[in-house]
Amino acid sequence: MEKFTKLSGPAAPLMRANVDTDLIIRIHRLVGTGRIGLGPYAFENLRFLPDGTENPDFVLNKAPYREAPILLAGANFGCGSSREGAVWALMGAGIRCVIAPSFGDIFHNNCFQNGLLPIALPEEVVKQIAAETEASQAARYTAIDLVRQVVISPEGAEIPFSIDARKRDALLEGLDDIALTLRLKDQIAAWQAADRAKRGWVWESVKL
Amino acid sequence: MAATLFDKIWDPHVIADLGSGWSLLHCDRVLLHDLSGGRALREVGETGYAIPHPELVFATPDHAVATTPGRTAESFPKGGELIAGLRKRAAETGVRLFDLGQDGNGIVHVMGPELGIVLPGTTLVCGDSHTCTNGGLGALAFGIGASELRHVLATQTLPQKKPKRMRIRFEGTAPAGVTPKDMILHAIGRFGTGAGTGYAVEYAGSAVRALSVEGRLTLCNLSIEMGAKMGMVAPDDVTYAWLAGRRFAPTGTAWDAALNHWRSLPSHTDAVFDSDLLISMADIAPQITWGTSPEQVLPVTGHVPDPATASDPIRRAAYEAALAYMDLKPGQLIAGTKIDWVFIGSCTNSRIEDLRAAAAVLRGRKVAGHVTAWVVPGSERVKKEAEAEGLDAAFIAAGFEWREPGCALCVAANGEAVPPGARCVSTSNRNFVGRQGPGARTHLASPAMAAAAALAGAIADVRQFAA
Repeated sequence: MEKFTKLSGPAAPLMRANVDTDLIIRIHRLVGTGRIGLGPYAFENLRFLPDGTENPDFVLNKAPYREAPILLAGANFGCGSSREGAVWALMGAGIRCVIAPSFGDIFHNNCFQNGLLPIALPEEVVKQIAAETEASQAARYTAIDLVRQVVISPEGAEIPFSIDARKRDALLEGLDDIALTLRLKDQIAAWQAADRAKRGWVWESVKL
Repeated sequence: MAATLFDKIWDPHVIADLGSGWSLLHCDRVLLHDLSGGRALREVGETGYAIPHPELVFATPDHAVATTPGRTAESFPKGGELIAGLRKRAAETGVRLFDLGQDGNGIVHVMGPELGIVLPGTTLVCGDSHTCTNGGLGALAFGIGASELRHVLATQTLPQKKPKRMRIRFEGTAPAGVTPKDMILHAIGRFGTGAGTGYAVEYAGSAVRALSVEGRLTLCNLSIEMGAKMGMVAPDDVTYAWLAGRRFAPTGTAWDAALNHWRSLPSHTDAVFDSDLLISMADIAPQITWGTSPEQVLPVTGHVPDPATASDPIRRAAYEAALAYMDLKPGQLIAGTKIDWVFIGSCTNSRIEDLRAAAAVLRGRKVAGHVTAWVVPGSERVKKEAEAEGLDAAFIAAGFEWREPGCALCVAANGEAVPPGARCVSTSNRNFVGRQGPGARTHLASPAMAAAAALAGAIADVRQFAA
């Protein structure tokens, strides 16, 4: 997993609610594709017009936001399908942080598995960052500091955010969670042995 | 102790407290499908880990398979590659695979319950958000991403944070035309698509008790469309009767021991939920979605909302975008809207009772000439059972195509799609932009409502087509 500590850049405002993972990446692009190379297909249905040309009105097609590492969005971002390709596509498009009032649960977990930071802030705050960003032609920078757990708005306001301690540590250190879990291998085996004695029916009927 | 069904499954599955509210949870069952299963098995091996419990893992191709009659894995070439990968890795690791055309093959959330892989009181994960479907049997089942899936395969566990508890009680008897699909669409419309985020939802009340297992699976299926990763119904005699004799269900003394455990699972009458909601069945009419989120839903007698009446600008913008995409006018009556396609299928509504309900509406009638209508049974078993009952003949006589099992037009990952601009009444679970194909317009409804729409050639009230 990619580590995350600090980030700075324009925050692209995509201020719509319920952006689902189908909208972030079409399933069609995930059939037989790996984790790499999905960036060009992120938000395909918004990014391109039916004739295949770029939609000039879509935020990530506008000059200051093409390389934006931060996305601002409405509530329930990443709802719907569990496809982790949504995270791979966002990261492939250069996005390392999404700031929204709330997130779909599975998407939220998938973000942390890959080093994309989802930050939940109240809608008024997200709108304020959007307004400050858009106040000049040049799209002023927003900064994220994960160690201090603050978002620094283009006007310089320090906005604290909360994040699960376990997830934060994993992001800061880029840990392999399978290796971490397997440190508890003996505990897992002991649980399973006790469970076989208690709930033999869970294990017996599926024996190979 | 006044514990909930959810607590009674979660708590004993905690292997270790990981701190900060995290638990290491044992996963009793893992289901794999073609889209991510082969890759997950491969990645575990490539990163140097073993799969310690292949006997707890079950695989079926469903997402990227063509559903044309006589199809093979190669009918959709990109899917064929995925299936080849899944076959290879399943053989190497000893994971059971239910291949195309074999007994047991089907949509992962149809075949799991059908084979008795899913049991009350067990934990189950799958790399698919509709894994919540399986909660209909009283299991704790939830969808996960690709990285979490890899973790489960390598460790049989998953670090998880305990969600809060929500109960939704449906009280009363179902009015005419109201099915489990209408119950859950109504709940999503009322509470919103984010209402269940962070919760495990238990569906309860007299109307849920009255449902068949298949109805409960449909109800739980759309939990994720309300934001909840987990939805569940307490097991009861209906559940046990349905499970007895299924291929991987326990037998003999093991069955007796299991039954003893299962009977202890229902929430205590004094159990407290973090959120406790009530719906009166009398308030529910047959539902149809009008927009591009499952919360954008109406009774079939309703009118499409006018964005001008929305107070908040984000909601107004969402309504405007949905109306434009769906090519609907503010305030228009939803019934009578002309349609082009009907799709009966998906992990929501492709089981035998769903097909019976649709066929009952169709019998002796004809699909409107301009409508393309598909029925895609959820599994090989559903297909065979339906054919034995003559349902295939009823669908074909009415003008439907009778196809092979798979996810098909629910997710359009298999080369099949609703054409751009076409309007489809679908028994699936998501009406998102482009879900059934780029530019496709989806209206979610029950199988009986879908059948009525096929006959009318327009969105129609099933109550006017009494079987």
